[in-house]
Amino acid sequence: MSEIDITLTLNGEEVRARAEPRMLASDFLRDRLRCTGTHVGCEHGVCGACTIRLDGVTARACLLFAAQLDGARVDTVEGLGTVRNLHPIQEAFRRHHALQCGFCTPGFLMTVAEILETHPLRTDEEIRDALSGNLCRCTGYEHIVRAVRDLVDARDGVTA
Amino acid sequence: MTDALALAPVETVRPKYIGKPVQRLEDPRLLAGAGRYTADIQLDRMLHLAFVRADQAHAEIRAIDTNAAAAMPGVVAVLTAADFADVADLVATSRMQTYNATHCPLLARDRVRYVGEAVAIVVAADRYRAEDAAAAIAVDYAPLAAAIDPAAALAPGAPQLHPEVPGNLVLEREFRTGDAAAAIAEAAHVVEGTFRLARKSPLAIETRAYVADYDRGRDAITLFSSTQIPGVVRDALASLLHLPGNRLRVVAPDVGGGFGGKGSLYVEEVIVAALARRLERPVKYVGDRLEDLTSTSQGFDEVVEARLGLDAEGRFVALEAEVIGDIGAYSIYPWTAALEPVQVVSFLPGPYRIAAYRGRVRAATTPKPPTGPYRGVGRPMAVFALERLVDMAAVRLGLPPDEIRRRNLVRPEDFPFRIGSGIRWDRSGFLECLDAASVAADLTEFRRRQAEARAAGRWLGIGFASYAELTGIGSRIAVAPGMPINTGSETATIRIDATGAVTATFAMASHGQSLETTLAQIVAEELGVRPQDVAVVQGDTDAAAHGTGTYASRSAVIGGGAAIRATRTLLGKVKAAAALLFDVDPAEVETGDGVIFVPGTNHRIDFADLARAVYSDMAALPHDARATLEAQESFDPRLGTTTSATHLAEVEIDAETLAIRLTRFFVAEDCGRMINPLVVDGQVHGGVVQGIGVALLEELQFDETGQILSASLADYLIPTAAEVPSLGVAHLETELPANPGGFRGMGEGGTIGAPAAIANAVSDAVAHLGVGVATLPITPSKLARLLADNEKE
Repeated sequence: MSEIDITLTLNGEEVRARAEPRMLASDFLRDRLRCTGTHVGCEHGVCGACTIRLDGVTARACLLFAAQLDGARVDTVEGLGTVRNLHPIQEAFRRHHALQCGFCTPGFLMTVAEILETHPLRTDEEIRDALSGNLCRCTGYEHIVRAVRDLVDARDGVTA
Repeated sequence: MTDALALAPVETVRPKYIGKPVQRLEDPRLLAGAGRYTADIQLDRMLHLAFVRADQAHAEIRAIDTNAAAAMPGVVAVLTAADFADVADLVATSRMQTYNATHCPLLARDRVRYVGEAVAIVVAADRYRAEDAAAAIAVDYAPLAAAIDPAAALAPGAPQLHPEVPGNLVLEREFRTGDAAAAIAEAAHVVEGTFRLARKSPLAIETRAYVADYDRGRDAITLFSSTQIPGVVRDALASLLHLPGNRLRVVAPDVGGGFGGKGSLYVEEVIVAALARRLERPVKYVGDRLEDLTSTSQGFDEVVEARLGLDAEGRFVALEAEVIGDIGAYSIYPWTAALEPVQVVSFLPGPYRIAAYRGRVRAATTPKPPTGPYRGVGRPMAVFALERLVDMAAVRLGLPPDEIRRRNLVRPEDFPFRIGSGIRWDRSGFLECLDAASVAADLTEFRRRQAEARAAGRWLGIGFASYAELTGIGSRIAVAPGMPINTGSETATIRIDATGAVTATFAMASHGQSLETTLAQIVAEELGVRPQDVAVVQGDTDAAAHGTGTYASRSAVIGGGAAIRATRTLLGKVKAAAALLFDVDPAEVETGDGVIFVPGTNHRIDFADLARAVYSDMAALPHDARATLEAQESFDPRLGTTTSATHLAEVEIDAETLAIRLTRFFVAEDCGRMINPLVVDGQVHGGVVQGIGVALLEELQFDETGQILSASLADYLIPTAAEVPSLGVAHLETELPANPGGFRGMGEGGTIGAPAAIANAVSDAVAHLGVGVATLPITPSKLARLLADNEKE
């Protein structure tokens, strides 16, 4: 199968690579662009581990073709913070022990980045609903909810 | 932000890190997307595998046509069973009498025995091409008769799955203390039931993945594996591939959850390693979710028929059980199929005083994926069956659920206590946990709320589950009876290098348990450095002579014990060298937060200074005092340590839709001394939520031909944040166990207690309708059927 050129803005940087039109965006990000922070857990859009932001909106990279990234602005976990300078969302996850094996975590971080911008998240129930598209098998979600609650309080200027 | 990490140095009392909520050292890389999971590994000239898997449960392979596939672009090789004639079958042996091992070939030979069994392989330049070619392979099957149901498989005349397993009976075992049948015949009250936990998937979010690299110069293989047991895999590969361990390295890099599903040897990892050497190129295989749901070891699947006899005051007098376990198509390596079903009868008497016990288990092989270890092993089923009987007895005698447990739990003065199956409980907070749950439950107030809600068409229910488990099991008790590997010891090697940096090496393999942090806390506290100064090396067979891995709630107890011993030995060397430098007695030297000092003096150096003096500065110390700053010690607890808990669940059922909502969950547990309370909470939460899945959602369903019906995450449901209530946890610390750290294992307990507590809560909610839960998961449709069947009667 012939390959096509794909140009996108990945975490603020313009990148270009070639891929077969049928290649999944998740494989393209991981194997071609070597950004392996986006994980693949089911390849049928349920688990949310591959959640990225496509032009600012969360999307499942496993349900997109690489070709659909052409010309788009794509944000992945690598764009949040670095090991030596974590993003506040990452800091909150660490503070609350909101990750164990860490495999689902990049997807959660991308979802949380979006819902903090778009959702009021007034109650823990609203937080749980907003997170329900991402599966975690280690934490039981309790600490993730607490981390998000902290972030919402910081966003809203509430002192706990 | 780094509250616990930034404790101020204290001169006279060494800072304590054990017991502190130290932030995890593995987190920054995992949060930044800089972890390295097996699927992330890319090597030059790497080839990719795709498997053709059986789409029939039991069939003869008449022919496999690989010609079209072999001719497709990018295909390097197509292989079937004949291509692996030089590799032995996987055979899990056991010293257990009445056990018949199965022979599991790398690729199905002549016959397939479950949907999902590997039949053929395509090796290609990329995964897309490998899958294209795999789809072009035609396998001609002739269906064979099959007994899908385990009881049918054990019936006389049932179709045979393995020639070496007569009657499909893989094992049979009985435990007996006293005359249970006679005691039950004379008991004032008898409650009985037939209980079943559906087959389930461990379902780690990371699917199984393997990458093998081949070093042509050394004829050596490095296998990167998403495994919990790199040591077991290395040892097995050495014998299967006829390579010494020094040319065979198994690395478990970051591993995305296991829960038992990555705790056995898989044919795929043998194949990947063998092919890398055969093709002299790196080989990669990453399972997809369908493969995970059909070929990763599955959990549970037992039917327990049990009777509990009580005296007039509600004291348990005898317990009898007949258990049939459906172990699937093969007895899993290395644990054997005995692991799960035998532990059901081992643990069935639970944390109670029951004078007479008889428990018999028979395990049947059926054409379904093999079962294997799953979080809790045997105990979720045992606790579900017994705790249902306990609640049924409470209803029969008109006793509150906490009171009947209080009358029967092993009391503090009874320890050590041997239950009818021979397991010995040490002092643990059996009653203390029940009391804490009882206070939290506030039954009087709950019954008021329950009556009020019932009048308004909402059914509330409350459920308790008390249990005990053996954790950190030493070498005198095999994790599975009669298996040929030693899981009872761990070795720690702690080293201070020439720069003064500390590295602690273990043979364990964290896959989410936070070992890089908790073990660093232990070493830091014992040595007198900060946790972030300790690099923990684990999950790499080249780093340790022997070791099995991380499973069975063993790492904190056994690995932590080895860490304490090794660090103490090393501290002796540190003090001896520093004493020479300071010209004082070693007993006067203290350490803390990276400083070595003599209190009340100006003798004060750091670990880099000491390392320089020992390794590099030829003048500071006499020659014979320049001993390497390294220590290695092992720990084997011999027996196990007892962890106990009581779980409490509240549910609300919509009388119209029968939707079951878990509204509250509370755990009171005694895991001894906590190394890191954040980590302990996380383990409890995660375990409980898997138990919620067991109780309300998760079920691998098979039709009458053995086809799996729940092979995607749209059909196999696990809890999301929305189905889970906020979880409350109370940690009780009674008497500490007699091991170096006072630790008890606690990685599995959540999953052990939660299913039973929820089943009891649902049963309590519908008690007024005359039904109770005997099968999990309980779903609205199953509850509707229960109520309809009951009405018919």
